[in-house]
Amino acid sequence: MFRNQYDTDVTTWSPAGRLFQVEYAMEAVKQGSAAIGLRSKTHVVLASVNKASSELSSHQKKIFKVDDHIGVAIAGLTADGRVLSRYMRNECINYSYTYESPLPVGRLVVQLADKAQVCTQRSWKRPYGVGLLVGGLDESGAHLYYNCPSGNYFEYQAFAIGSRSQAAKTYLERKFESFMDSSREDLIKDALFALRETLQGEKMTSSICTISILGAGEAFHVLDQETVQRLINEFEVVGEEPPADDEAAAPDAEAAAPDAAEGAAPDQGAAPMDI
Amino acid sequence: MMHLADSAPVTNNLLGSEADSQRTMYPYVTGTSVIGIKYKDGILFAADMGGSYGSTLRYKSVERLKSVGKHSVIGASGEISDFQEIMRYLDELILYDNMWDDGNSLGPKQVHNYLTRVMYNRRNMFNPLWNSLVLGGIKNGQKYLGTVSMIGVNYEDDHVATGFGNHLARPILRDEWHENLTYEEGVKLLEKCMRVLLYRDRSAVNKLQIAKITDEGFTLSEPYSLKTFWDFNAFNNPTLGAEGSW
Repeated sequence: MFRNQYDTDVTTWSPAGRLFQVEYAMEAVKQGSAAIGLRSKTHVVLASVNKASSELSSHQKKIFKVDDHIGVAIAGLTADGRVLSRYMRNECINYSYTYESPLPVGRLVVQLADKAQVCTQRSWKRPYGVGLLVGGLDESGAHLYYNCPSGNYFEYQAFAIGSRSQAAKTYLERKFESFMDSSREDLIKDALFALRETLQGEKMTSSICTISILGAGEAFHVLDQETVQRLINEFEVVGEEPPADDEAAAPDAEAAAPDAAEGAAPDQGAAPMDI
Repeated sequence: MMHLADSAPVTNNLLGSEADSQRTMYPYVTGTSVIGIKYKDGILFAADMGGSYGSTLRYKSVERLKSVGKHSVIGASGEISDFQEIMRYLDELILYDNMWDDGNSLGPKQVHNYLTRVMYNRRNMFNPLWNSLVLGGIKNGQKYLGTVSMIGVNYEDDHVATGFGNHLARPILRDEWHENLTYEEGVKLLEKCMRVLLYRDRSAVNKLQIAKITDEGFTLSEPYSLKTFWDFNAFNNPTLGAEGSW
């Protein structure tokens, strides 16, 4: 049953210098349905796959508005994600009460990471089982961060978490260099394509994904389902075929896309960092 | 400045014991008016350096203009020790802000709003900080000038003043201030206001400082005096024509 004798509580080290409970929490993030984020100079797009737990139920919400200038997409334990979202909302409200201005995204992310870290160092606690993609805009521009249960955080141009996220990461790694100067529409388009990579053959429809955006002059909001469906149709992001990319400077690279995705299919992507 | 609210023997009534509760019931050492104006490149402040102990002009070198972080300046009138406490709060605020070391910094608007909350909170605890503050600055080319009173009343304007300055300086500023004042014109205008205050405000002293903040940073002038002329007849015999005066 147990992997070894060093994983019965969070604060016990293994002789190899690992904290197994923390690593298990990191695994919880990979179990959740995928969430991706990407940014340009002025905009951040967060997107997620909606998975209903049964035919009879609706899916759980995976993207939350924190404030006008900050949003999060989560993968892992949704309940933990909601707790952390509420904490972030609180911090934003308190900051704007005191300073009448928006909380810098980087600072919120550090506070969030510190909160997660404490859970890895107390015997009576458990780590949060959720990974958060935090997108935000402040005076230093648009930002995308990934916060994980271990208390680590990283800033990214584009990133994907959750099940089969390696396929989306492969897509994003191939294209991220142009994201900085992307238009708002192109960013959404790339979000849809990256999201499709995680679907593995399932048909892309507006009912199985959520897309949200924030940017200069645009408060964080989730796109409504009709808009998303319209964009899917417009960009022809439906089938299995490689993305019909108009600016396909490298058609070979495009063709290689599904292969790369399949190669990484069983979601054996290494943890995004060494813990 | 603390004052024993109730120095009578400890009384335990329905309100509880207040023997060890200390509040500012009235100010002890006070500074008089501060004036702040926007000008072409930033904000200018003027304040004299007197510290009055009641109506005695007790101290002559009180600096009432201070910088707050890289972008802001504060000017204070009222209780000097309360201003020193406010400066402790602000210096800590700026220190913690700098410790993030992330390229974000509090601008004048943020500091002003923070002070608004502090002042109003203290008055709600019936323990006000006995000051009128002027806060101004410039960040990313954006000028800001505002004021907060001891009970938390606050507003922004192109020119602001505290205390007597509201009555004697602001009418002059309303007539003569404009957006494109140069530094020299701004200082001249402030000196005109300060001279009027010097003549008519008994707590004003003829030793003042001018503070300037622009995108380039903060500068505080050395203390200096204004030229005055006291030989008007009305000054020589002030009671002449004042019916019923002795």
